[in-house]
Amino acid sequence: MSERTLYRLQACPFCERVVRKLDELGLDYDSRFLLPLHSERDAVKRVAGVRTVPALVDEETGVTMAESGNIVEYLDRTYGEGGVN
Amino acid sequence: MDLPFEVVDLPETDHVAVGETAPEFTRPLVTDEDWGDASLSSALGGEPGLLLFHPMDGAFPTTYIFQEIAERGWDEAVQLLGCSISTPYEHATLLGERDVDARLFSDPANHVAEEYGVEHDLDGMHGISEARPAAFLLESDRTVAYAWVAGEWPEFPDYDAIEAAIGEL
Repeated sequence: MSERTLYRLQACPFCERVVRKLDELGLDYDSRFLLPLHSERDAVKRVAGVRTVPALVDEETGVTMAESGNIVEYLDRTYGEGGVN
Repeated sequence: MDLPFEVVDLPETDHVAVGETAPEFTRPLVTDEDWGDASLSSALGGEPGLLLFHPMDGAFPTTYIFQEIAERGWDEAVQLLGCSISTPYEHATLLGERDVDARLFSDPANHVAEEYGVEHDLDGMHGISEARPAAFLLESDRTVAYAWVAGEWPEFPDYDAIEAAIGEL
């Protein structure tokens, strides 16, 4: 079990963008794949309060976040060069 | 079933047997709404479980098997785990249609069934091998407490025997 869980949709470019960033920063993560139909995405709704993907749960920092732009920025800020962790 | 002809026999198989430790594996484990990689051990979560190999989702034996285990309420006694060659999408659909608290491993390459000695090369579906119906009741440490593997095609689990074995865990 990794400290990070990425809620994602197969072939979703916004999700792949986050995956690329996680890999770039050498961060490990577990993937939870959701069903494409928006109304069936209760798993991410319960955790992140939204039905959009990607969503990232980072137990290392206690952060839960949606929207790929925000997530990438958060990852850079937290784990990137000169980041706080 | 009482049929006026012989049902097709499946070849003898050297499958995982009672007393052995069920082989560990990792595959996407599917609920009715999402999936992620999980090992057999983590799926059991330190509890006993029933690992049920079944034909691809949509085949009538699979439908019948899940109907029966839903009615028997085994999901309240053990971790109910299935495994077939169907994709996660098909597994999610199957679980969405059944009132059963089960999780299903997706193994399109059929390697897990091969590892357990329960593979079945399908006649008339070139290039597709799936699992024959098989049931392995596992203690919390993956020791096999009960094992049944179909010897005919089709053949259904001995539900009463499995239920008795669950009662003896």
